[in-house]
Amino acid sequence: MHHDFLDRFARLDSPIHRLPAVLKMASALLLVLTVIITPLRIIYPFPAVALFLILIIALSRVPALFFLRRLLLFEPFVVVVAAASLLQPAGGMTCASIIIKSTLSLTTVLLMSNTTPFTEVLGVLRRIHVPPAFLTLLALMYRYIFVLIDEMQRMKRARLSRTFVTRGMRSWRSISMITGQLFLRSTERAERIFAAMSARGWK
Amino acid sequence: MHIPDGFLDTKTIVATSALSLLGVGRALSVLKTRMSSRKVPLMGLAAAFIFVAQMINFPVVGGTSGHFLGAVLVAVLLGPSEGILVMSVVLIVQCFLFADGGVLALGANIFNMGILAALGGYYLYRLAAVLIWSERGKFVAVAFAAWFSTVLAAVCCTGELAWSGTVAWSAGFPAMTGIHILIGIGEALITTLVLAAIYAARPDLVSIGMAPDAGGEARPLRGVLINGSLIIIGLVLFVLPFASHWPDGLEKIASVFGFNSKVLSRPLVSSPLSDYRVPGVGSLPRATALAGIIGAILVFGISFVLAKIVISKPKGRVP
Repeated sequence: MHHDFLDRFARLDSPIHRLPAVLKMASALLLVLTVIITPLRIIYPFPAVALFLILIIALSRVPALFFLRRLLLFEPFVVVVAAASLLQPAGGMTCASIIIKSTLSLTTVLLMSNTTPFTEVLGVLRRIHVPPAFLTLLALMYRYIFVLIDEMQRMKRARLSRTFVTRGMRSWRSISMITGQLFLRSTERAERIFAAMSARGWK
Repeated sequence: MHIPDGFLDTKTIVATSALSLLGVGRALSVLKTRMSSRKVPLMGLAAAFIFVAQMINFPVVGGTSGHFLGAVLVAVLLGPSEGILVMSVVLIVQCFLFADGGVLALGANIFNMGILAALGGYYLYRLAAVLIWSERGKFVAVAFAAWFSTVLAAVCCTGELAWSGTVAWSAGFPAMTGIHILIGIGEALITTLVLAAIYAARPDLVSIGMAPDAGGEARPLRGVLINGSLIIIGLVLFVLPFASHWPDGLEKIASVFGFNSKVLSRPLVSSPLSDYRVPGVGSLPRATALAGIIGAILVFGISFVLAKIVISKPKGRVP
């Protein structure tokens, strides 16, 4: 499994990582809620939140560069929408509000997800009585994303090794063939998993 | 189309979250009453599959690129309630792991891409499939539903942003819808081709969703009514208030960009008052609706041609 790019830093060890997951999730939610609900007129909470986030990032030992890179990935979309908001009356305020609020919320969620392993998130969700069937789906999905990405890359490599390059309409067909094949393999895997789970007494 | 936090205001967050909770809760309860436990691993794997498939990017004109959504594909293969749950799970994991789509905007994202695209797309597919009752006709219906659901989700997304006062409808609608009309074509193409590939190898899998009784509920009509009313409430809240004002907004944006005179280049507009007496203006909403219907029929025709060209092989290959 080479695809820990999804939540690479969630399993580091730091004071922040050792905090209980429920505390981290609740405070992240509260922080995002505060940022979204507070109107931009009340200026002082925003620098405070930013400073707090920077402090936590420093404590968490997750590279700051990683956060910057992730933010840069999403920021173009935010900037485009913010620019579009300039077209309406009093757009300057809306524009600033969108950029500041989105960036702060995004950093909060990134920080939460990179200091909390997903299994702990699931544990918290179970404690607040999210339906078990839904949790099983989440757990299964999280487990098999990595397996399926591997599978997809094996198929792509196999195709490349046969110097199989297509263009135009044929490339669409070849992408779809691989995707369809991936679905078939997922289905077959699901059948095997079901057999294995049933054999271990799962109902 | 994943809306991040900070784009929606409180009332939109509350409304979309309520609708999504209802939709997901209902899907869960429907599945609980008739859940064969065999389906649980299948849905989990399908969600992982959609996550991976969404990494497929295809170019759209002008340097932008769209990615595969997969809502109609999963709804047609597994069923409508399964479609909602799979899409919700995908969106939740994307939100928690990638920060792709906001935490508070999760309700809006689930409504647009889960309920509207998967459930709405599924109903569109069933409606269209009734019209053409051949094996190939199903693929036409799938292409049509995939395109339409993508555009529908984008239009609703624009409505939510407009309702929040983030982006005016007049600016958001042409941009979002324009791009997603093109992205929808890619979506339709990939959905149809993937389904054809699956059908060629394992026709039994596709027939699960293709069977006429695929509603999968004890009382299908009641299910359609409840799900349909969820979709309609959403559209009435987020889209209708703006859609009726659209011509007005267009004029506004035209004046912002200063090409007002070009848009209204009627032969000799001497006084501004005469503008209001142009007979066409009064019936503009009707004209918009008509244009929409014609567009839908056009896309239906294109889907038909597409399916004819693309889906020629499975028929011959299936024993």
